[in-house]
Amino acid sequence: MSEFKYTAKDFKSTTEVRWCPGCGDHAVMNAVQRVMAEMGLNKADYAVISGIGCSSRFPYYMNTFGFHTIHGRGSAIASGVKSANPKLQVWQITGDGDALAIGGNHFIHLVRRNIDINVILFNNKIYGLTKGQFSPTTDRGAKTKTSPFGTVEDPFVAGQLVLGSRGTFFARSIDGNMKMSQEILKEAAEFKGTSVVEVLQNCVIFSSGIHEEITKGENREDRQIYLKHGEKMIYGVNQDKGLVLINGKLKAVTIGVDGFTMDDILVHDAKDNDLYLHSALINMTIPEMPMAFGVIRAVDTMTYDYAMEAQIAEVQQSSKIKNCDDLFRSGNTWEVK
Amino acid sequence: MTKETKVIELEEVAIRFSGDSGDGMQLTGTLFSDATALVGNDISTFPDYPSEIRAPQGTVGGVSGFQVHFGKTKITTPGDKAHVLVAMNPAAIKANARFLEPSATIIYDADSFTEKNLKKAKFETDDPFTELNLLDYHKLAVPITSMTKEALIDSEMDNKSILRSKNMFALGLVSWIFNRPLEIIEDALKDKFGKSQKVLQSNIDVLHAGFNYGMSMQHTTPQYLVPAADIEKGLYRSISGNYATAWGLIAAAEKAGLELFLGSYPITPATEILQALSERKDLGVKSFQAEDEIAGVCTAIGASYAGDLGVTSTSGPGLALKSEAINLAIMAELPLVVVNVQRGGPSTGLPTKTEQSDLMQAMWGRNGESPMVIIAASTPSDCFEYAFLAAKISLESMTPVMLLTDGFLGNGTQPWKIPTMADMPTITPRIAKDPSKFKAYRRTDETLAREWAFPGMEGFEHRIGGLEKDEVGTVSHVPENHQYMCELRAKKVAKVADMIPDIEIYGHEEGDVLMVGWGGTYGHMVSAARELKKEGKKVGLAHFNYINPLPKNTAEVFSKFKKIIVCELNLGQFAALLRDKVPGFTYHQFNKVQGLPFLIQEIKESVTKLLEE
Repeated sequence: MSEFKYTAKDFKSTTEVRWCPGCGDHAVMNAVQRVMAEMGLNKADYAVISGIGCSSRFPYYMNTFGFHTIHGRGSAIASGVKSANPKLQVWQITGDGDALAIGGNHFIHLVRRNIDINVILFNNKIYGLTKGQFSPTTDRGAKTKTSPFGTVEDPFVAGQLVLGSRGTFFARSIDGNMKMSQEILKEAAEFKGTSVVEVLQNCVIFSSGIHEEITKGENREDRQIYLKHGEKMIYGVNQDKGLVLINGKLKAVTIGVDGFTMDDILVHDAKDNDLYLHSALINMTIPEMPMAFGVIRAVDTMTYDYAMEAQIAEVQQSSKIKNCDDLFRSGNTWEVK
Repeated sequence: MTKETKVIELEEVAIRFSGDSGDGMQLTGTLFSDATALVGNDISTFPDYPSEIRAPQGTVGGVSGFQVHFGKTKITTPGDKAHVLVAMNPAAIKANARFLEPSATIIYDADSFTEKNLKKAKFETDDPFTELNLLDYHKLAVPITSMTKEALIDSEMDNKSILRSKNMFALGLVSWIFNRPLEIIEDALKDKFGKSQKVLQSNIDVLHAGFNYGMSMQHTTPQYLVPAADIEKGLYRSISGNYATAWGLIAAAEKAGLELFLGSYPITPATEILQALSERKDLGVKSFQAEDEIAGVCTAIGASYAGDLGVTSTSGPGLALKSEAINLAIMAELPLVVVNVQRGGPSTGLPTKTEQSDLMQAMWGRNGESPMVIIAASTPSDCFEYAFLAAKISLESMTPVMLLTDGFLGNGTQPWKIPTMADMPTITPRIAKDPSKFKAYRRTDETLAREWAFPGMEGFEHRIGGLEKDEVGTVSHVPENHQYMCELRAKKVAKVADMIPDIEIYGHEEGDVLMVGWGGTYGHMVSAARELKKEGKKVGLAHFNYINPLPKNTAEVFSKFKKIIVCELNLGQFAALLRDKVPGFTYHQFNKVQGLPFLIQEIKESVTKLLEE
């Protein structure tokens, strides 16, 4: 399909990677580099933009164009990059603090505008680079350096913020699950629009094990459901559990128990414009329900960058003004002789 | 013309149109100004309106004004005071009494002098002229409201719609008094109201009614002749400072062979730049109305990073929000033009009024050692030239440039001699050519500018950011490197002095007092200097457009005068900068912070006082 043949190695810069050993960021970066190699697009067309935070060092480690910007503003700067040149493949690397606290406004407006950018949101529920303060995704009551007696506020659910901002693409993955991350990131890359991929990431120093109940241990398959468009919503160690809709509410059931059969199990439709089920899937939490992973929502609509380019082309075609000389001489002018 | 008509020839006239903010005074003023420019007078205008869209009707706070100054001589300001006041209600007379020349003519709507309106304007008697001590003024009581109704009696329009055309009666009358052809105004009305034949016709009818009223009442109405000015030959148009700024940026992008990207957020009095650039999709301008001021500058930086000419426009409070991102562009060494249309501060301050109080913010309002090139435009029409030059310097020196204008320049209009693009200076962006030699922060000795390589350019993949770095762009915390890089960035900005012209002196090249000004006060400063010179005073004027760096001959020019007075619309910011950058002189100050432009008279007084000391 493409004239560009790369391996993941081609996307690694010579800069020494300085994330802590065991940090989840390493695995996500490997997944990104493999996806980029697989896409077969011109390496020079990639622009990786980040804000501030541990994960935001990401661009320095990529052998692509990269811009490590300022705290919270990655979404706005990436918006400028993509709007200026829609041919580019723009990836934004951000974290729970960068995207959802200081950069919350830019993040929701990026999603609302639906600019074709791939956003990887590393969610470790903590401020790592400043050494352990609570973030907007930290669970209520969590004890951190700035909440020694526990936080007294509820966290954001990233996916809900995306839906509330009229998001067209939301997916969730786990840092340690390279295969899943790769599959999801590839879909995100191919999707036209703002693709937000939340990665549950483990900070080995300040919030180690924060996602462990979901991501680790025996029978973890019973606590995760990997949703795929057009496929039944089944999960579990034995793939015998599934999701059904009863009285408008999602319910986790076991096939063959209480009279539930495979026919009762819902089929995932990521392309449904209706927010209802996507919202319910995003909100599922353990232990009553499994945590939803995979591409939960992917609804094709017009992107901002495309619309902006199309509008310019349309006006250019009809306008008599072709350059500055035309502009300056248009309308009311007079000659002094 | 019949023999009763008194035709009085004048060198220059300032007219102030004034009424409720819903009375259409801005439109009236603009239409009159355009007709006046076409007749061949030199001209300068300035709108003066409240920050509320519709302040309570009939109150002094709700008065909206538009002053136009025109003449057969060079017109450099909208005029200190008006020779003619057109007042649509008693509040307009109260609000403008202090802006009138002695013995000015006051044309007012006699129908508006009702008990209710007098009360709203807080007059205590039914004789506002006595109350305001305006008895010696020439007053023309014109029944504007009833004449407008009369003119539209057959129009089948409702009373409210009819009254909306009142301003056209005033305009018609003033057009008769000053001998302006109605055809020009009619053409402009067609552009504005062409979609509704009924509205257009009613406006034209009332316009003619006003004109005819003047003609038939000529025994009481004087008529004036203001001969055409001796203006440089060429093609002209009327332009506001904000439009000139927007167009200067488009011209720079065209000349540089780049696309223009504006990231901006609406803010008074800079919004018009965003609007003007949004109109120009035909020239490929990408205008991005961002979610806030920060995103405005950040999208512009992103666009610059991607190879466009990135620009953001704002006013003081917005500039404060943009500081951190501007610093990123300084650190990453990307081209960026920041236009700051200054207004009265601090905080929300006086949003619709003018001031020059963001100079220190422009110079020092960022963390770290963060030098920035600062340029200030000085007239509405030269906003074009300085916006163009700001972009040129930014692209050729690979550093952000701040262009300071102000509400007075941005909203004011002036005739603009239309340039030809072929005659504009060349702009050569420093786009990298050889990937084998490329290093992100390798510089040329001449300007210390780095090379510009952006996404999409094969073989140039590299990383930049807000962290301190070495020549290659690799993050570096080496202490010596940081000092070296800080000094390099400062030197790069200082080297812009090689690209800019020397400061020129207006008036005497040496003498008793050097008047120093900068930016938007030029018209008033040069008028004051001209008059002082005429009076035989040994004064000169150094008016600065380049603030950082300063022109190289600044100290030399300063040394030729016994005294220096820095005049500015703040409490002494440029004076403070000069004390730091050009030490060894005593800088006297004349400062005004009333949200208003200088008066020529008050500048003259302050200089005269210094001469006598």
